[in-house]
Amino acid sequence: MTATTLPATHAALGGNDASAKTSDNMQFYLPKEHHPQNGTLLGFWLYLMSDCLIFAVLFAVYAVVGRSYAAGPSGVELFDLSLVALNTSMLLLSSITFGFAMLEMQRRRVKPVLAWLAVTGLLGCAFIGLEMYEFAHLIQEGAVPQRSAFLSAFFTLVGAHGLHVAFGLVWLVVLMVQVHRGGLVADNRRRLMCLSMFWHFLDVVWIAVFTFVYLMGSLP
Amino acid sequence: MTSAQHTNTLDLNPTGHTDHGHDQDHDDDHGGASHSTFKGYMTGFVLAIILTAIPFWLVMGKVLPNSNITGLVILAIAAVQIVVHMVYFLHMNTSSEGGWSLLALAFTVVLLVIMLSGSIWVMYHLNTNMMPHTMQEMKNMP
Repeated sequence: MTATTLPATHAALGGNDASAKTSDNMQFYLPKEHHPQNGTLLGFWLYLMSDCLIFAVLFAVYAVVGRSYAAGPSGVELFDLSLVALNTSMLLLSSITFGFAMLEMQRRRVKPVLAWLAVTGLLGCAFIGLEMYEFAHLIQEGAVPQRSAFLSAFFTLVGAHGLHVAFGLVWLVVLMVQVHRGGLVADNRRRLMCLSMFWHFLDVVWIAVFTFVYLMGSLP
Repeated sequence: MTSAQHTNTLDLNPTGHTDHGHDQDHDDDHGGASHSTFKGYMTGFVLAIILTAIPFWLVMGKVLPNSNITGLVILAIAAVQIVVHMVYFLHMNTSSEGGWSLLALAFTVVLLVIMLSGSIWVMYHLNTNMMPHTMQEMKNMP
């Protein structure tokens, strides 16, 4: 009979205890209501991976033309590493504060979640502010994107990351309003988890940026 | 066996299959990110600070005499830091989403390696091969 054989094969495939138990007790219903919440998170992860490919292309461009200065300024002359270090610490701190927000979310405490999200947002704003200051400084010195292939690739790559952070900040503010209004309901928790992944992903990309662009560009 | 029971069995299969039973229960109880703990985040944060500080120190302090070696070392440290962020902040492991997110990540890494190494390789050889070999060729350049 199919009803008896199907769970058994499934247990053999899955191999975990829960499914083995199901086949023993012959339970033909789900003990809990099914909320396919993980589908969104997996889908969002796939989005992040495709975003990763966008950054990979930009990194490849930078790797190819990153030393084509066209007699213009080079990275050694332009980059202010202490500013980059400050910027990096801002993003790193915002990552851990977002982590704290997620921990408070697990405890279902709305106010601490909002507070940590606000701190994260401020750190993100500081990051964007420092990056815009850096860009303004470069442009003032004549190191504009049109100057050389190196500068075009630099502004595209770092600017793409900055744009991601800026949109992440918009998303953060929207979510803060939603959490404030609706509380930590399942929908808002799912949204927070997506934003958390997005934010940490941007931090991962920034590791590659500061290592590959700033630090390696500053090597003599 | 009635047909109703039969369909129920079929319904059960896809859900049990994905190994989600455990995760789903967790979601309902704790709100999803089942692996986040204060300790986990702090471990990741401390490791990330150390792994960020070392490359900045290496480059800003000009610790190593050879910049090629410095470059390789900071690239290696960055790779380690990316893994640290993946594990402690993005909660990557072999069982998240039934292994699908790890599979997607592995596929992305493969594409990434092909794209980066391929671009650098091709463009480097293009540069060297397009160089004029003789004075005659140099004169005839557009």
